[in-house]
Amino acid sequence: MAQFTMRVFRGDASGGGFKDYRVEPEEGMVVLDVIHRIQATQANDLACRWNCKAGKCGSCSAEVNGKPRLMCMTRMDLFQPGDTITVAPIRTFPLIRDLVTDVSYNYEKAKQVPPLRLKPPEPDGTYRMMQEDIDRIQEFHKCIECFLCQDVCHVIRDHEDKKRVFSGPRFFIKIASLDMHPLDTRDRSSFIQQDAGVGLCNITKCCTEVCPENIHITDNGIIPLKERMADSLDPIVWLLRKFRGPKSSQA
Amino acid sequence: MANQDYETHEHDVLVIGAGGAGLRAAIEAAAQGVSVGLVCKSLLGKAHTVMAEGGIAAALGNVWPEDNWQVHFRDTMRGGKMLNNWRMAQLHAQEAPDRVLELERWGALFDRTKDGRILQRDFGGHRYARLAHVGDRTGLEMIRTLQYHGIHQGIDVYMECKVERLLKDGDHVCGAFGYWRNTGKFVLFKAKAVVLATGGVGKAWKVTSNSWEYTGDGQSLALWAGADLIDMEFVQFHPTGMVWPPSVRGILVTEGVRGDGGTLKNTKGERFMFNYIPEFFKGETADNEAEADRWYADKKNNRRTPDLLPRDEVARAINAEIKGGRGTPHGGVFLDICTRRPADYIRKRLPSMYHQFKELAGVDITKEPMEVGPTCHYIMGGVRVDADTTAATVKGLFAAGEVAGGMHGSNRLGGNSLSDLLVFGRRAGLYAALYAKDFGGPLTVESSHVESLAREMLEPFTRTGGENPYAIQADLQETMQNLVGLIRTEHELREAMKRIESFRHRAARTHVDGGRTYNPGWHMALDLASLLTVAECCTLAALERRESRGGHTRDDHPYTDDSWGKINVVIRQRQGALALSREPLPEMPAELKALFQERK
Repeated sequence: MAQFTMRVFRGDASGGGFKDYRVEPEEGMVVLDVIHRIQATQANDLACRWNCKAGKCGSCSAEVNGKPRLMCMTRMDLFQPGDTITVAPIRTFPLIRDLVTDVSYNYEKAKQVPPLRLKPPEPDGTYRMMQEDIDRIQEFHKCIECFLCQDVCHVIRDHEDKKRVFSGPRFFIKIASLDMHPLDTRDRSSFIQQDAGVGLCNITKCCTEVCPENIHITDNGIIPLKERMADSLDPIVWLLRKFRGPKSSQA
Repeated sequence: MANQDYETHEHDVLVIGAGGAGLRAAIEAAAQGVSVGLVCKSLLGKAHTVMAEGGIAAALGNVWPEDNWQVHFRDTMRGGKMLNNWRMAQLHAQEAPDRVLELERWGALFDRTKDGRILQRDFGGHRYARLAHVGDRTGLEMIRTLQYHGIHQGIDVYMECKVERLLKDGDHVCGAFGYWRNTGKFVLFKAKAVVLATGGVGKAWKVTSNSWEYTGDGQSLALWAGADLIDMEFVQFHPTGMVWPPSVRGILVTEGVRGDGGTLKNTKGERFMFNYIPEFFKGETADNEAEADRWYADKKNNRRTPDLLPRDEVARAINAEIKGGRGTPHGGVFLDICTRRPADYIRKRLPSMYHQFKELAGVDITKEPMEVGPTCHYIMGGVRVDADTTAATVKGLFAAGEVAGGMHGSNRLGGNSLSDLLVFGRRAGLYAALYAKDFGGPLTVESSHVESLAREMLEPFTRTGGENPYAIQADLQETMQNLVGLIRTEHELREAMKRIESFRHRAARTHVDGGRTYNPGWHMALDLASLLTVAECCTLAALERRESRGGHTRDDHPYTDDSWGKINVVIRQRQGALALSREPLPEMPAELKALFQERK
């Protein structure tokens, strides 16, 4: 079988460029296997992040032929033998080295999200939640924090000046998951508008398209948040929502 | 800045490892009002816990009110073939329900029963459906919950930071020394107490469900600091790892597949587990298909399906089927859920298995059987700890989670790992904080020692013509896979010892290219020290235990020997060499012993 040519970005903050490596194909290989093969045999110092190799940890995000993907879930049989495949670091975050970027922006944004504030438990000391009331939030909890949605978000990618007041799609669904939590009592409306900047999202759905967990980030997370922000201007609507519980407030 | 320069941070409690145990320890220590540092090798939230699938074992009694801590305790001890530290198993069974409910209060959303409580699923070796779960991504839910709770507790998190050595002042631990992976610069942590929560050793084997992080760091750090390790011969080979295609060999297939109705079959279509029911479990295991199938819905009148025997039994059975020529062409057996449960049910209960097989193997598990085989998954042995406080045998050192030994005896039941992390993670954080508060003396770190460590760590950059560290790791993995695997024998173990010795010589001559910034070749060169250390410990202990029990099967000593059932193999380092001893297991009190006589 013909070899693949892997055109891998090598470099750091001071600069760099693409370097070609030739690799023998093997049945079922994914891009991450090829990167590991290169590391083990041709370039010991090739930097990449990975952990689970099964699409569960969200560490190995990269841009493969320009498309943001998890390397561990990108099979080489997507490509023709003999093809040249480019592998580059995700573009939005500052480069550390080779395929590794500085994603600390996301960890800072994570800290800003106001956490759960529980309502009092049932008389027996426990909490009850119905499955149908948590189905949607469980969808958001599937997030593996690969930050591909953050990578493709136009606001983060192209508007350095807005990053201070913008959390990005990963944290919109985080906020939504807290806000829709059946036991939560916290009002996050000013945070959502002023600090998380949900208004800056113009719903191009790029985030949803790249989500490896197929979470409906825009439709199920961001749009309901935007709608609630419109509602939250009305204090009576907000109070009703909190007292009736999230079910009655969902579209 | 000179090459060996380092930055310094000081904490009351330093937690090394940020999976379930480390995060829970850090949260508890912070709650005690001490200053806490949390070091993780990867980014926060990527630790091995994220890969746990099936669930958290806790006798909540939500599905089967008959369940309680005594039943869970009994299952755990029997699963571990009675070699467990009874007190750890007791605390674990008693406290797991509170730890699960606490996770729920911190935001975890487990799947629900019809009346809105936490749903529980069946798993191997558990008498009742006991695992709190979220589909088959329970570990993700757990780590995310702890992570997002933890970031609001005033804990200093050091991400992508690797600890190379613990530091001691006289007889007590006083800190740790390591490097930042992204810059390659050195870092010194001064700490009154250190909690090890670094996980396991699976990267010493070729076919493994473990990630690059599992290089035996904590076991080695403890050993080098003078602490005891126990039970290092007991390595769990999970019965169901993926076997095809080659690039995914070893990736975990959750036991939840069998818990939710899947069965193992050979190429003749036989449900072969009925041929492998050991005497020890005969009383509680169904011996025919009809009873086994009824058991899922009616546990009172039927015995458990042999598909859900403890993992050591199932792994050996699969191995025997393959060796007997009844395996699939890719060297596995079939795991069938598609003919037993509706497609919608499978997709709802096992979404990541569905996704994983579809994407990585091109197999639709709602239409075709999976091909599976044993994969190195977990080490039952580890740092010897006090059951109540998690204190290791060196002052100021604590250990929780997979890195600690004793809790699971010779074989861990599925679902008991996540609960172990929470129960003993909390205890480690608590007792480390109390120790730190009582610690009177100054924290003295000898800088010349630290500087010589730093110089040693930089050596792979300056050697010329040395060895490729990846090649040494690959050779070690091949050796452990072939000679210290599921089935062991004395001459193979002795051969493994010889080879490990030769790998040590090679590891002292590694050479790496490039600079210190995020250089995985260098990281691998440094990780070899701990990988080789744990490989040697496992092999030595396996040679010592001349019987078969749980995760240690000797072809030349195929039976379980009662006299060995009262003994832990203990390894410690003295004057630079490993010393091995047989020490008596703690004696279980009479009231707990009675639990094993009540019923078969």
